Amino acid sequence: MPRFAAGDDPGASFPELLRRMGIEPFPAAREALSQGGTRHLDNALRPDGALPHATTCLALTYAGGVVMAGDRRATAGMTISHRTMDKVVQADDLSGVAIAGTAGPAMEMIKLFQLQLEYYEKVEGQALSLEGKANQLSMMVRGNLPAAMTGFVVVPLFAGFDPLVGRGRLWDFDATGGRYEERDFVATGSGQVLAGTVLRVGWRSNLTREQAIDLAARALWEASDADAATGGPDVLRGIYPVVASIDANGWSRVPDDSLASTYDTIMREVRAR
Amino acid sequence: MSMPFYVSPEQVMKDRADYARKGIARGRALIAMQTPTCIVIVAENPSTTLRKVSEIYDRIAFAGVGKYNEFDQMRVAGVRAAELRGYQFSRHDVDARSLANQYAQVLGDVFSASGPKPLEIELLVAEVGDSPDNDRLFHILYDGTLLDEKRFCVLGGDAEGIAKRLDASYRDNFDLAAAIRTAVAALAGTERTLSADDLEVATLVRNGRRRSFVRCADAEVAAALR
Repeated sequence: MPRFAAGDDPGASFPELLRRMGIEPFPAAREALSQGGTRHLDNALRPDGALPHATTCLALTYAGGVVMAGDRRATAGMTISHRTMDKVVQADDLSGVAIAGTAGPAMEMIKLFQLQLEYYEKVEGQALSLEGKANQLSMMVRGNLPAAMTGFVVVPLFAGFDPLVGRGRLWDFDATGGRYEERDFVATGSGQVLAGTVLRVGWRSNLTREQAIDLAARALWEASDADAATGGPDVLRGIYPVVASIDANGWSRVPDDSLASTYDTIMREVRAR
Repeated sequence: MSMPFYVSPEQVMKDRADYARKGIARGRALIAMQTPTCIVIVAENPSTTLRKVSEIYDRIAFAGVGKYNEFDQMRVAGVRAAELRGYQFSRHDVDARSLANQYAQVLGDVFSASGPKPLEIELLVAEVGDSPDNDRLFHILYDGTLLDEKRFCVLGGDAEGIAKRLDASYRDNFDLAAAIRTAVAALAGTERTLSADDLEVATLVRNGRRRSFVRCADAEVAAALR
């Protein structure tokens, strides 16, 4: 049972606790530091390596909350390495996180982030504010910076409902841990420009939840149409993007059959073009 | 040169036990109880911020009586032990028995060897199962004695008197309100009445959701006591 002296207590930080117990929470970053960065950041951002990469994710606000969405494809170079990856996951009751970048460190970071939020809540007896959560994620991304310099880039999106201001808020991050709050929408990953353009054209203030979900589905459709690393709806296997909304009542994932009918509509429209 | 008096080991242990027992007897008691729908933990605690009952992990709750700073350190150590285990293995590999053993080891160690004084606390580690048969109620005493209890478990000052009252009134088919009412009556005894303000109530709900720990609001407790 881990016990610490009063001046030596790791407090409510789970990664710090891991370090005290001799477990490195970001092993790729430590390895990169010990070897010195060899690849350039520009190369690292392109998903052309041999390791699986996760790509396009987006988030947008609507009246009363936020919608997050992400495709399901992971690619390793020219190969589709995984078809059912969940890049958008619930972080806690009122927030979610989406990750683009090298899949291994990205999934590990999501896991650590979820643990950290719950750990903080239990140790301190109350949950972090939404801003505090975004800050925690930024510190984790910064902790991964040495690994990012050698190619293991992780760039998350964070979104949630902020009860202190009574609306949805969203943040994107860069590989250095830079944290940017966006007002309306944001997209990240290899399909960032394509999905971002659809959001830019289609976003209006005070969208309804249904409209926001529809817009997110269309943005991912256009991204998958022109970006090989972004997966579209896989009708053959019944695999659809992860789309979820977060409002005052919490996280709610859009069921696959509802997405199936959304994409049916989109495909019909595309056929009629 | 002065020589220290010889004190027999029996006397040392007895003095330490008396010291710990006195500290614990000064504190207010708490009750954990199995019901068909949940494990309910009812503590006499007028503070709304310094908690006696808290969440450790998905299906595991912690409760402590005695000195607040001592059992709160144990609570945090328990959260850490559970989270580390879950991180290294899986969430299913975290169980109350292992935690209770670790607590027993720490308390036993401080009692008999490493501490200048024993810890003046008793702990409860409760785990809710898919049915009452799979519930666990572990009661850890100040000297590291580990008890595996069934039906209900009483910790703190006048535990014997409370357990006697509860033994007479306990039924295994209580709903939540009846369980709270019965526990509060046993805690209060015949000469006192306790209101929702004096109580801290939390449950481990048997609903299959990941985090089963739920605190009961004062209004809910007051309604149960009406």
